[in-house]
Order: sequence, then C-alpha cells, then structure tokens
Amino acid sequence: MKAHTLSVLVENRAGVLTRVSGLFARRGFNIESLAVGASELPGMSRMTIVVIGDDAQVEQVMKQLNKLIDVIKVSDITESEIVDRELALIKVNAEPGSSRSEVMQIASIFRAQIVDVGAKTVVLQVAGDPGKIEALERLLRQFGVKELIRTGKISMLRGAKTVQPTK
Amino acid sequence: MKTGAKILVEGLQREGVDIIFGYPGGVILPVYDELYDSPIRHILVRHEQAAAHAADGYARASGRVGVCLATSGPGACNLVTGIANAYMDSVPMVALTGQVPTSLLGNDAFQEADITGITLPVTKHSYLVKRTVDVDRVVQEAFYIARTGRPGPVLIDLPKDVTAGQIDEVPPLPEKVHLRGYQPTLKGHTRQIDKAIELIEKAERPVIYAGGGIITSEASGEMVQLAERLLCPVTTTLMGLGSIPCDHPLNLGMLGMHGTAYANYAVTESDLLIALGVRFDDRVTGKLSTFAPHAQIIHVDIDPAEIGKNKKVDVPIVGDLRSVLQTMLHRMKKRDDRKHWLAKVRAWMRKHPLSYKSDGCLRPQYVIQELSNLLKGEGIIVSEVGQNQMWTAQWYCFRNPRSWLSSGGLGTMGYGFPAAIGAHFARPDETVVDIAGDGSFQMNIQELGTVAANNIPVKVVILNNMFLGMVRQWQELFYDHRYSYTELPPVDFVGIAKAYGIDGLRVEQSEEVPSALRTMIETEGPFILDVRIEREENVFPMVPAGAAINEMIGGHVVPERELELAAAEEGDATFRPGRKAV
Repeated sequence: MKAHTLSVLVENRAGVLTRVSGLFARRGFNIESLAVGASELPGMSRMTIVVIGDDAQVEQVMKQLNKLIDVIKVSDITESEIVDRELALIKVNAEPGSSRSEVMQIASIFRAQIVDVGAKTVVLQVAGDPGKIEALERLLRQFGVKELIRTGKISMLRGAKTVQPTK
Repeated sequence: MKTGAKILVEGLQREGVDIIFGYPGGVILPVYDELYDSPIRHILVRHEQAAAHAADGYARASGRVGVCLATSGPGACNLVTGIANAYMDSVPMVALTGQVPTSLLGNDAFQEADITGITLPVTKHSYLVKRTVDVDRVVQEAFYIARTGRPGPVLIDLPKDVTAGQIDEVPPLPEKVHLRGYQPTLKGHTRQIDKAIELIEKAERPVIYAGGGIITSEASGEMVQLAERLLCPVTTTLMGLGSIPCDHPLNLGMLGMHGTAYANYAVTESDLLIALGVRFDDRVTGKLSTFAPHAQIIHVDIDPAEIGKNKKVDVPIVGDLRSVLQTMLHRMKKRDDRKHWLAKVRAWMRKHPLSYKSDGCLRPQYVIQELSNLLKGEGIIVSEVGQNQMWTAQWYCFRNPRSWLSSGGLGTMGYGFPAAIGAHFARPDETVVDIAGDGSFQMNIQELGTVAANNIPVKVVILNNMFLGMVRQWQELFYDHRYSYTELPPVDFVGIAKAYGIDGLRVEQSEEVPSALRTMIETEGPFILDVRIEREENVFPMVPAGAAINEMIGGHVVPERELELAAAEEGDATFRPGRKAV
C-alpha cells in the first residue's frame, strides 16, 4: 500500500467530478486528495488525484477511470520526476506581545506569507509539497491552530514532458 | 422550426430504431405526441421495469440497441433495475426519461428525481440535456456509446422544455462520432497474440472458457473453429451458452457453481485456460486461489478493466474477440495430438453426468429436456432467475448464439417475461419461451396485460414448486431446513391468464408433459403452462459459495459396472454424454 499520484485529463463538463469521485466511492478506492481546475487545453480540466493502494488496486483504478467517457487520459506519475505543490491557509493564534513574533519567525523560515492579521490571530499562506505543510502545521499547533484549509496537491512532470491526450 | 421531441424521434429513426418499449406520463408528453404519428412502433408495457427488460431482450436477441422510454420521477426510477441489469450483462440499450423543466431542476418539483445521479453507477454513460439544440448530437453519441466497445446502457434525461422547445435550425452532425475520451481498442496487440499462440501450441491440457463476449462480438464461429483445430474442450459461462452447440463433441457445458462436474474438473486440471469474453465472476471461479491452479491464463476481452481484475493473467489481449480470433486462426497451426487429454475429459463426462431421478415424479429437468427435444434446441429461450434458470442452463440443448437470454450478472427475478416480449419483436418468426418459476413470474406478472393487448405469442412455462426454490435450496443445505419466508401459496396461473384472455394449461403428471408442451407450442398467440413440479427438487451439482469448483455436492457418479456397458452408447448419434436420467 502506498500513495500513487495520478494526473488525469478530463472534459470540463458538469458532472465529471461526480463521475470520478463516485467511481472511487463505489469501488472502495481511497482518495487521499483530489485537486481539479482548468488546463491549457480548451474544454479540458486537469485533476491530480492521490490514491492509496497496492499496484494492482491502482491499476484497476486507472482502468476504471479510463472507462469513463469524460476521462481523456490517465497517467500514473508517481515514479516520474515531478514537481509537487499544495497550498494551505492556516489561521493560528498569535496575540501581540505573546506568540505573534514567534509565529512570524516560523512563517519566515517556511517561506509562508502572512495574508491576514487580526486582533488575536494571523492567517498564513504556505505552498510546498505536502510534507512541508504538515511540518509547519505541527510546529504551529503549540500556539493553537484555529482553522486549516488545504487544496490537495497538484503535480507536474519536470522538464519538457507533459501529460497530453493520446491523439 | 422543429421541436426537441421531433428532433429526438427523427434521431431515433436515423439510428435504426423500429420499436420502443415505454410508459407515458406528464413531462414526457411532448415525446409521446411526436410518437403518435411516427413510423416507430411503441409497445405500452404495464410497468416501466418491464420496458427496460423488454428493450434488453430485444437487444440480446437482435444484437441491436434496445430502447425504453419513461416519464420523470417514478417512471424513471422504475427503469433502474432494468438498466442495472443491462449494465451488468453488457447489453446495448438507450433509456429515455422525461425530466421536469430546466427552470425547476433541483427544486423537488412534482415527479422530479435525479435520474442521471441515481443511475450513475449502472450506466455506461448518461446525459442530462439542457438545450434543444443538443438533442440531435446527444442521440447520435448515446447510440454510438451504447453499441460500441463493451456495450452497455446509456441514459438520456430530457427536461420538458427541451423536448417542447423549438429551434430554427438543427446543427449538422458529424459523419462519425468522435469522442476524445472514448476510443475502444478493437485490434489485438500482435506481439501479445504471438505470445498466446506460443502458449497454445505448447499446452497439453488446454480448456477454452468462453463467455458472453463471444455472443456480443459474434465470434461463435471463430471460437468453435479454434476449438476444433486444437481439439480443445470448451466450457461456457451462463452468458456464453449457445456459442457452441450443446452436442458438439468438444462442449463441456457450463462451469462454475451449477456447472457440470466435468467442466469444473477440466478447468481444475488444465494447464492452459483460454478465457474469451469472460470476467472471472465469483459464480464461475468459486474460491479464486484454487481456480485453474495449474493453468497459465490467456485472457481476451474488449474491456481492459476486466483483465487482471480478479485473477492474474499471463497473456492479456485487449480487443474485439472476433478480430483477435480471426488473427489467431490465420496464424495458428493445427494440433490434434491431444487425444489423451480429450479421453480423460470424456471419461469424466461419462462418470459424472448431469442427472435427475427418473422415477415418475414430475421433475423440472425432464420438462426442459422435453421442450428442448420438441424445439430441437431452436427458438429463443428466456429464463427468470433461480432454479428455473440453472435447470434451463443445464438441460436445454442450445445450438445457436442469441438463443438464450437470461439475467446473469444482476440476477434479476422478473427479467424473463418482459425480456421474452422484447425478443419476440426482435425476431418475430421464432418461438419464444420464458422458463419461469412461480416466484419470478409473479414479479412481472402484470405484463400479461401487454401480451394480451398486443397478442404477443410468447410462451411461459412456470416450473411451479410453490417455493422461492433456490433460496429454499440454500436453506435446506446451509440453514438446517429452516424455510424462512420462502413458501408461496398455490396460485391458479391458468385462471389469471384466462382473466387476461390468454390460453393456459396446468400439468400435474409427468406423462402429460410432452402433449402439454406440444399444445403450448402449437397454440397461436401467448400461452401459460403451469407445471406443478416436485416441490423440493434441487439444482445439482452445486459448489458451495467460497469453495473450490471441484468440490461439488450432490453430483451423480455412475458406477464402474455401468460405465462399461455405457461404452456401447458412444456409437449412437443421439447419445449426448454428460446428461442422464437415472
């Protein structure tokens, strides 16, 4: 059992997300994260899906995804050279005079930006691979994380290679 | 100016639709108004489930796309079982449903149901059409998707304003449908085919395991040719019955839970399993780890997701079976030196035949055997689900593809009667017989109304044991004879048929069976034959769920002494090894 990263090209149409997520639920596959948005290709969206399973299970996931009429291309890019990024917003307790400066120091080490400052809290925006986000969250926990929102990871092949429709 | 309904009906005609099974209602009225003077025939069923099964039966009997039609909400929901049934058995179907106007979608309007959502897991694809201008394209795509690749049901949901709405000009359609996310692989990979041929040439104990895919791709001829060239025994799944004539010397009949002992033994001892258009269903394989334990496996299927899904495969080939088999036949040499293997298989056939007690009691197997003799294995036989289905699979001598329609994957009681109606319209010159149980028949008994109103000459043989027989059998064998809610009170089926103006006959004695069957077949129009069979007859042999397929219970073993005597029968042309009344 390990995490596999799938890059999936789909038609940008109503109901596609339901079809994909419904398939995972129905066949008992576990999604760790799913991120979707428009692509450079007209009418197509890209999904990055992280799925946990052994090789046979993931192969079956890919085959079942491929059967959906609205799915154009499925690539398992786990073993490829890839750039992994995820964005998170973290609202953390940071009262002036108490923990605020320490929070800001940690933020700067992680190259997180402060995107909102309130009377008692700040909101950090951090981008990176999922491990980095988890590390930051762990460090901030001592101050009291009030809310955490993650986008799920998006992944892209390094170099000139791309995930493209077959024809 | 054209309405969406007119565009729809013209689109159906363009796709070659000559008949629709349906039931009208509020929001589908624009479509029904258009059908009123269309050349497309419409059969009014008595329940929408029957419309879906009739479309399914039509499709299986003809190989063409079956069409059913219902209104929104309850109408659409009543189609669901029929759609799921078609999905599990890969039957090409287009289901048309009415929907509330787009302005009311999502408002819990009267008779609104999210039917594309409800059917998402049981359709190959579905459309909720939101603009009249899309109707024509959607119809073209839906039929294309339904009939190509691994066939399946496609649902088109049609809001009332879309069918009632008018447009000035219908955009022209492409000559060929091109969907960038849907390009089925038809031609098998050459190198894989070479590898398969290599394995086949080396094998000493090969078995062909053939399924519904052979029927769908019209590859029976090629499959039988392959078997003959290799002297390779063939076993079929429930869905594959009819792909090889029952009395072909290489045919082992059905394998699996209620398969023949000799088919299960052959698979268990084989060193090469040639799996053609099958999906290694649990009813076939029993305990997976002990299924074909000594065999390498070649698996040919059009759906890549079926290959390796349940069982690891040595040579996977994705492609259309007919095309792959043609390529194989073209390249493969004859190899007929496997006489030792064949002799072993024939010995199992003689020693472990399918059997039933011939003691004067009215046994269901005898009824089916007599029907098979009477029709000479021709005609279209439809079954319900349960004991009736398994007895028919075991004892009817199928000779042709598309002569056996049965709910395999979903196991839908109530499938047979409406499917028989559909089959009649697909091939009106054939005799169509539904072999039913008293439980299954009562699940769609209302279709007597459809049959009577249209004088549809389908025949129903009810193997009436006043039980939900298969469940009772499991209760007998695995639940200590505790017949919990499986007994049914006697029903006067002939009386019910009469009330609809349909002929019928009740049979209570074994001797009456041949003449009753003849009366049924010779009667023009529909006929109900209520056969009061031995109540606690079981389907044997049987592989208990989860056991290995060579661990059968209830099979008959012929004593050695008789085997010697029986050797003489081999010369008799009518002798069919492996089946025996004892």
